[in-house]
Amino acid sequence: MQFFTSRAFPWLFLAAAVVLPLLFASDYRLFQLTMVVVYSIAVLGLNLLTGYNGQVSLGNGAFYAIGAYTTAILMDKLGLPYWATLPFSAVICAGVGFLIGLPALRLGGMYLALTTFALAVATPQLLKYKAFENYTGGVQGVVLDKPDAPFGLPLSQDQWLYLFCLAVGALLFALAMNLVRGRIGRAMRAIRDQPLAAEAMGIDIAMFKTRTFALSAMFTGVAGSLGAITIQFVAPDAFGVPLSLTFFVGMVVGGGASIGGAVMGALFIQFIPNIADEISKAAPGAVYGLLLIAFMFLLPGGLASLIRILSGKKRTA
Amino acid sequence: MPTHPDRGTGPLLRVTDLVMRFGGIVALGGVSFDVERGQICGLIGPNGSGKTTMFNCISGIYRHGRGDIVFEGRSTSGLPRHRMAGLGIGRTFQNVALFNSMTVRDNMLVGAHHRGSSGFIANALRTGQSRAEEAAAYDGMDELLDLLDLRSVADQPAGGLPFGTRKRIELARALIGRPKLLLLDEPAGGLNHGEVAELGDLFRRVRDHFKLSILLVEHHMALVMSVSEKVVALEFGMKIAEGTPDEVRNEPEVIRAYLGDAADDHAA
Repeated sequence: MQFFTSRAFPWLFLAAAVVLPLLFASDYRLFQLTMVVVYSIAVLGLNLLTGYNGQVSLGNGAFYAIGAYTTAILMDKLGLPYWATLPFSAVICAGVGFLIGLPALRLGGMYLALTTFALAVATPQLLKYKAFENYTGGVQGVVLDKPDAPFGLPLSQDQWLYLFCLAVGALLFALAMNLVRGRIGRAMRAIRDQPLAAEAMGIDIAMFKTRTFALSAMFTGVAGSLGAITIQFVAPDAFGVPLSLTFFVGMVVGGGASIGGAVMGALFIQFIPNIADEISKAAPGAVYGLLLIAFMFLLPGGLASLIRILSGKKRTA
Repeated sequence: MPTHPDRGTGPLLRVTDLVMRFGGIVALGGVSFDVERGQICGLIGPNGSGKTTMFNCISGIYRHGRGDIVFEGRSTSGLPRHRMAGLGIGRTFQNVALFNSMTVRDNMLVGAHHRGSSGFIANALRTGQSRAEEAAAYDGMDELLDLLDLRSVADQPAGGLPFGTRKRIELARALIGRPKLLLLDEPAGGLNHGEVAELGDLFRRVRDHFKLSILLVEHHMALVMSVSEKVVALEFGMKIAEGTPDEVRNEPEVIRAYLGDAADDHAA
């Protein structure tokens, strides 16, 4: 089972992710898979912050919202093409993330969790705020057009959007993989494990923590942009506490400090609620809860640990 | 920051009249001593004498009051903690502070962190600089794995390894950063008799091989006395003796500090 940890695996996985859905998936399934890609990026963003760097965030949904609204407003008000909104979203969210990372330096552990939670609570209300209504559409939100495949490619809108999101996701995953396996990733984990020793090794903790916050917000914000384009709609109540907690669930279920775990976590948060719904129409929440507990009980290291167990590799991240 | 004229020629570390207070308690009451280049200097004293406080001042954990700490002719007072490694001051921790979830190799690579400078963007894009730094971080790794007998555990997470091994990992992590001064905080603590016996020899080998100075804070008298060329003894935040191990061992103040006034009681 060395296959899963080999260097070729990400490429094979990507190739399969490009080809198989185009051949076999219906438009609705493609939509769901596009959302899996979107959630993967968001969960990865949270994982960089919380899993790798140890800064617990229960409010990353706020960055997702900022990304989504940035794209929606730029498309709706300024008529920018969907793809051109992504760099704006990335930069704006990185900036906001950096700023939120500054007070976060003073807040350790549970206090940081609580503060970011407050951010998640406040987000929908801020989005409904009257003064911004001209841009945000207030409670109504903003409706977006679905992009067509460019250059006359023989693809349906859903197929094109899936491939577009997959390309952006693959790029971001590649960047994250480069980052975490080198000097920066080691410093991020060192801070999480043992901050005093990390400092003694010459690591500037404040600098790393704020930049990691910016990085996390950037990933999550781009996910929000892609999510807005995919769902073709943004509205305040989609970006509340449940969204932030969903990302958190995805990160924990997938496995903290694991790049591949982000994909598995995203599959979980996209499909398990549907499965729970099919098992019991009356109490899907209870079934979901039970499934969640079962997963945690059977795989305390997250889904990513399953692969490590199968490939006989000890956990090192 | 005052630059002193003796850079490169004077002592590697000069502590002058150092004072450290915690509220009303004077932990260090004006202590001065030097550590020369290539020297192994032992810092001894009974519990509460200020050894660890001195250690934390030198490594930048505490901000001292009056006095100065000068490293290679340059004052380190007020510098942030994360700058110490770059200056050439490496350290180990009394209770072993490893990055437990990371492999031994990765722990050591973190020790080489300050030798690089590539940032988030360079690393995410794997630029030439970041790849060159990554390769350079491995410099000296094999040598250290062999020297400290860590090769067999190099790819295991540091967390689950035995205490003696963890202490060696810490040493390896400090050494890969190529410090000029190595601060060791109670390296013998928690080790068994045989392991302590090997330690003195290891420190001398490390000093000779990496051409560094060692400041050793240690309870274990036999170890300090056998390995140090110079010993500084503290009591109640004051220096009570300084000199060769023999000189310090025979200093009446030191005997009194360690044995109490038992001799006097006996006479009375």
